[in-house]
Amino acid sequence: MTIAVADARDKKKRAFNWRSVAVHGCLIFGALLMIYPLLWLASSSLKPANLIFSDLSLWPSKIRLQNYVDGWRGAALPFSTFFMNSFIVSGLAVVGNVLACSMVAYAFARLNFIFKKTLFAVMMLTIMLPLHATLIPQYALFHKLGWVNTFLPLTVPKFLAVDAFFIFLMIQFIRGIPRELDEAATIDGAGPIRIYWSIILPLLTPALVTTAVFSFIWTYEDFLSPLVYLTSMDRYTVPQGLSLLMSSKGASSWGPLLAMSLLSLVPLFVVFFIFQRRLIEGIATSGLKG
Amino acid sequence: MSTTVSEATSLEATASSEARPRRRKAVGINARHNGVAFLFLSPWLIGLMFLTLGPILASFYLSLTSYDMFTPPQWLGLDNYVKMFTEDGRYYQSLRVTFTYVFLSVPLKLAFALGIAMLLNRGLKGLGFYRSVYYLPSLLGGSVAVAIMWRQVFAYDGIINQVLLKFGIDGPSWITSTDYALYTLVALAVWQFGSPMVIFLAGLKQIPQDIYDAAEVDGAGPVRKFFSVTLPLLTPIIFFNFVMQIIGAFQAFTPAYIISGGKGGPADATLFYTLYLYEQAFTNFQMGYASAMAWVLVAIIGLATVISFKSARYWVHYGDER
Repeated sequence: MTIAVADARDKKKRAFNWRSVAVHGCLIFGALLMIYPLLWLASSSLKPANLIFSDLSLWPSKIRLQNYVDGWRGAALPFSTFFMNSFIVSGLAVVGNVLACSMVAYAFARLNFIFKKTLFAVMMLTIMLPLHATLIPQYALFHKLGWVNTFLPLTVPKFLAVDAFFIFLMIQFIRGIPRELDEAATIDGAGPIRIYWSIILPLLTPALVTTAVFSFIWTYEDFLSPLVYLTSMDRYTVPQGLSLLMSSKGASSWGPLLAMSLLSLVPLFVVFFIFQRRLIEGIATSGLKG
Repeated sequence: MSTTVSEATSLEATASSEARPRRRKAVGINARHNGVAFLFLSPWLIGLMFLTLGPILASFYLSLTSYDMFTPPQWLGLDNYVKMFTEDGRYYQSLRVTFTYVFLSVPLKLAFALGIAMLLNRGLKGLGFYRSVYYLPSLLGGSVAVAIMWRQVFAYDGIINQVLLKFGIDGPSWITSTDYALYTLVALAVWQFGSPMVIFLAGLKQIPQDIYDAAEVDGAGPVRKFFSVTLPLLTPIIFFNFVMQIIGAFQAFTPAYIISGGKGGPADATLFYTLYLYEQAFTNFQMGYASAMAWVLVAIIGLATVISFKSARYWVHYGDER
C-alpha cells in the first residue's frame, strides 16, 4: 500500500511541472486582473484629460504631472491641510487604541475581579454591535459637549477602548504569555501595574503593532465619522477632501481627481509594504477584517 | 524512598492547606485585585457607559420620539416604526437594495476567497507574493479613493466598456443605470475577497496531510477529496467568515455614498440602508426616525447572526467530532 502511494506521488511529481505552470499562469493572470484597476489609476493620474478615457495602454503616451499640482490645490483648501488633519486623527487613534485596549486586555487576561464573566460577555457583544446603533445619541452627546467640528469625537472614543475587537485580539495574545513570568515578578514584589508595564507590554509588542497598523488604516480610511462630525473645510480629512474635489469639479478634471486619489492611497501602500507580514498574520490568527 | 515521597507530599499538602486562607486574601496572582483591575478597566468602562450602553438605550428612547436635535424630543410611541413599514416606499427600497447586496456579495466573495486560497495552498513558490497581491484590494477597498476609481472604471467611457468595445459590445453606462449600478457595488465588494482568503489559507494549512493521503489510498479523486475532506474540515472557518462578512455587508456605506454622489441614485437604485439612515439623520434631521431605523438594523443583523449560529449545528463540523 505504501509503495502504491509513493508511486502515485512520484507520478504526480513528474506530471507536476505542467500543472504547476498552468496554476502559476492562472494565478498571475488573476493577480494582474486584481491590481489592474490600481495600475490604471496610477497611469491615468499622469495622463492629460483627453487621454484618460481614450488611451487604454497603462504606459501614458504623454505625461502630465500638472494633474498633481492642480489636484493639490483643486479643492477650496490645499490637500496639505487634509493630509495633516488625517495624520493627526489617525495618529491619536493609534495611541488611544494601543494604550486603552492593552490596559483593558491585561485586566481581562490576568486579573481577577467581580463580574468578570459578565463584563467579558458584554465586551464580546459590543464587537458585534453595528456602529449605527450608537451613532445618533453619540452625536447628540458630542453636540452637547461642543465637540462637533473638532477632532475629539473621532479620537476620544479610541482612548476609551471603544474598538473592542483590539481588546479581544490582545487578550488572546496575553493568554499565550507564560504565567510563570507574572509569578516570578510577584515574588520579586511587583504589583499588577508594574507587571503590566514591565512584563506584559514589552511581550505584547506584536499584538500592539497589529493593533496600531489596523487602527491607522481604518481611521485613515474612515469616511462616515468625519462626514458626520467635521463640518468646516479646514478640519476635513483626506477622504472628505477627495469627496469635495469630486463634487466641486466637473467631469473635465478627472486627471487631478485621480491624481489625488492615488496620492491618498500612498500612506496605505507604505504601511502595507512595511507591515504586510504582521497584517496577514493578524488576519489569519484573529479573523480581523482587512 | 517511598516514605520520603509521601512525607514530602504530605508536607506540601499541609503547607498549602495552611497557606490557602492567607493566599486567597492577599498574595499570589490568583488573588482578587478589584481596585487595580477596575483602574485598568476604567477607560473601557467609561466608554461602555457613555459611548455604547448609554447611547443604545438613548437611541431606543429616541426611536419612539420625533427629534430634530434642536428642540426636545416629542413622544410618538411606535409611530416611527409603523410609518417605516407602512408608508415609506424608500425604506422598502433601501431594504431591497441592502438585502440584494448582502445576498449577492457575501457568497460570491467567499467563493472567490476559498477558490483562490485552495489554488494557493499547494506549496507553490511565490505564495507570499500572490497572497499579498490578492490581499491588497481588501486593505484599500473601503477608501474613498478606491470608490472614485471604481466609478471611473465602470463609467460609460471607462475601461470596462473600452474592453467590451474591442469585442464589439457597446456596454451600458453601468454607474448611472438603474439596472446595473448596484451590481458595480457588488463587484467592488467581491474584488475585496482578500481578507477571508487569508483566513481560509490559515485554515487550509491546519488540515493534516495524512487525511488526504488516507483518502487517496481509499481511491478518492480531487473532487471527492474536496467535498469529503476539505469542505467539512473547513466549515468552522467558512462559518466564521460568513458571519463576519454578513455583519460587515449590512453596514456598507462609503462606496455607495461616493459612487452615487451621496444620494443613493440613480433613482434610489443604490439607496443602501445606511445611506438612507444617514440621510434621514443628518440631512433631514429626522433623528427619531433614523434611530428607529438603526434599531431595526441592529435587529436584522442580530437575527442574521442568530440564524447563522442556529444553522451551524447542521453543517459546521468541529474537529473533536471526527
